[in-house]
Amino acid sequence: MSKEDVFSKVVDILGKYSKTEISADSITMETSILDDLKINSARLVDIVLDFEDAFDIEVDDDDADSVATVGDGVNLIMAKI
Amino acid sequence: MTKEDILALVPQQPPFRFIDEILELNEDRIVASYTFREDESFYAGHFPGNPITPGVILLETMAQTGVVAFGIYLASLQMTLAEIQQTLTVFTEAEVEFSGMVKPGDKVTIRASKVYFRRLKLKAKAEIVNQLGEVVCSGAIAGIGVKQS
Repeated sequence: MSKEDVFSKVVDILGKYSKTEISADSITMETSILDDLKINSARLVDIVLDFEDAFDIEVDDDDADSVATVGDGVNLIMAKI
Repeated sequence: MTKEDILALVPQQPPFRFIDEILELNEDRIVASYTFREDESFYAGHFPGNPITPGVILLETMAQTGVVAFGIYLASLQMTLAEIQQTLTVFTEAEVEFSGMVKPGDKVTIRASKVYFRRLKLKAKAEIVNQLGEVVCSGAIAGIGVKQS
């Protein structure tokens, strides 16, 4: 799976939890999940579980703690698929 | 820890405690009971002359068992007692449906089963049934343990 495909899937997953009307087109690798997408930090657990299901990977808690931006999520997934 | 130990660690107290007894507890599920007292404070206003337990109180009742008590138990399998006592469980999200009414004096049973417990976040499917075995409230609820400052 290409990085672009992973990015697109990650944006879809985050969209389920985002509280803003931010358009998918304006999301970049640098977009902050908590600050820009206004996602509740307690939802990070759900997001990581969705990553595991969508990409058939396992993410340990330390890795999950390092995810702050969309790019962090994409890079974490790319390293595991 | 025993069921009684877990119950004693639930921080909510009257008039905002809605769990009397834990009946069953393991890594997958919890069952508890609560009897709504005739003199619960909210009945005076909800509704005058026609007391009915508010839906938000049923949701809280479901959460005190399905997220707080259950979460404390699951945390006790991986944390020390001191760490648990420094951690407060807060509500994060819920999707619930109400399908029956609970009146003063009703004894309800709360059942919850684990969806996941990760990084101190617990998500559970839960329901409340009345003494006739009818489901009055059901849904998915979640909470997370946070360090108290």
